[in-house]
Amino acid sequence: MKKTIISVVGRDTVGIIAEVCTYLASANINVEDITQTIVHGFFNMMMIVDTSSSTKNFQEMSSGLKEVGDEIGVTVLCQHEEIFDMMHRI
Amino acid sequence: MINMLEVNETNHMISDENLDVRTITMGISLLDCIDSDLRKVNEKIYHKIVNYARELVKTGDEITAQYGIPVVNKRISVTPIALIGAASCRNPGDFVTIAQTLDRAAHEVGVNFIGGYSALVSKGMTPAEEDLIRSIPEAMAKTQNVCASVNVGSTKTGINMDAVRLMGEIIKKTAYATKNDNCMGCAKLVVFCNAPDDNPFMAGAFHGVTEADAVINVGVSGPGVVKHALERVRGENFEVLCETIKKTAFKVTRVGQLVAGEASKRLGIPFGIVDLSLAPTPAVGDSVAEILEEIGLESVGAPGTTAALALLNDQVKKGGVMASSYVGGLSGAFIPVSEDQGMIDAVNAGALTIEKLEAMTCVCSVGLDMIAVPGDTSAATLSGITADEMAIGMINQKTTAVRLIPVIGKNVGDVVEFGGLLGHAPIMPVNRFSCEKFISRKGRIPAPVHSFKN
Repeated sequence: MKKTIISVVGRDTVGIIAEVCTYLASANINVEDITQTIVHGFFNMMMIVDTSSSTKNFQEMSSGLKEVGDEIGVTVLCQHEEIFDMMHRI
Repeated sequence: MINMLEVNETNHMISDENLDVRTITMGISLLDCIDSDLRKVNEKIYHKIVNYARELVKTGDEITAQYGIPVVNKRISVTPIALIGAASCRNPGDFVTIAQTLDRAAHEVGVNFIGGYSALVSKGMTPAEEDLIRSIPEAMAKTQNVCASVNVGSTKTGINMDAVRLMGEIIKKTAYATKNDNCMGCAKLVVFCNAPDDNPFMAGAFHGVTEADAVINVGVSGPGVVKHALERVRGENFEVLCETIKKTAFKVTRVGQLVAGEASKRLGIPFGIVDLSLAPTPAVGDSVAEILEEIGLESVGAPGTTAALALLNDQVKKGGVMASSYVGGLSGAFIPVSEDQGMIDAVNAGALTIEKLEAMTCVCSVGLDMIAVPGDTSAATLSGITADEMAIGMINQKTTAVRLIPVIGKNVGDVVEFGGLLGHAPIMPVNRFSCEKFISRKGRIPAPVHSFKN
């Protein structure tokens, strides 16, 4: 099963996680892990999600989340987990 | 489990340090397109390329979207056309029709370059191979996306000096034929020694006869990533320096391996190789010259440049080899002048000359690449520069290449603009002493001894 990494970066504001998670719930995407920090007012989050029961395909989810991010002023990226595994694990 | 630091590091490489996969190149064999009827040859070539590569660009774009890694170019290489056209082409004009077919096919599937308008003449030329070579100026003038290459020497066979002499003339004619387009034809024409069969990079890519029917080769990039990694170890000793390059090259190559595997799976075409080359672009921060300067040179071209480049090239290979299951192609640091802003700056500052570039090619692939020279440089001098570079390849058992652009109507101090990935180049001065009598000798330079290495 392929997992997707969602990374969110941008200026901190109220409701970033809520907005992103609302979108994921609406698409039936399960969140497995969240890591989040704020450094110098910058919001930084990584989510690992399972898209196997998703009602949207990768392209739709990716552009949908990008729109959500644009509305609240943060950058949202969706990437298959493999690129990170390949680069950082032997 | 992947952590946030790793995710951020990867994404930072992509967004700020120009990490990308430079090219997915589909090699396609055209051996089954050979026919004695030229019309049929053209028809078969067109259909085979379009059938195999129809999904190539779309697949590359999908991979970009799903992994977040840009796949900059999608390209095709084919069997050297001198072999494919030998049974049907009676003159250089016949070969030009095949070039136009390749161009049409490239256009249809949306790739930006198609390589393999090539002849392999390291020992001798057949009449068909000579016709193909003589057709290059017209072929380059009449097509947009076709790249030509000619292999004129190898460590096993020596150097075919008749071909070297002919290529000097062909480079000049190609410059004239495309003079209204900044002599662009010469930017798509490479002369090789020890040309590899599986090179994914243009303009020298072709699909060797030792290859399968179709294959996916991938070329990685990443000079900016290496440069940024080295910024963090300024002043450290050579061990730290080399370890840093190796680790970075490993990460960059892993991405290439992933993309190659995915492209191969999605297209249903076997994976061939990952080419470990550091390929610069004219973009700021995507320069091999800047890496050499970060290693400790005031400007590339300064004393120490060859040693720094040797170190860089070797560490990239050491890191990259472990990251990929199959490595091939050119695999080395590219040092093109026009495609690397740091190289351009060094030439403009008077730090870098053709002679120093030649010395640098002894320790890295690939050769005198994208160098603009005065338009009045004689064909014999172009052949002489080519012969020197071929000799370096032959003796050192490595690939070397020459991509010179004699820019018609321009002289030292002028600049030529190619645009896009090909960049712009200051016209570099060429040694004005003659090699006419040397180049006018007929025959070939014998293969070197493979012992007594000194």
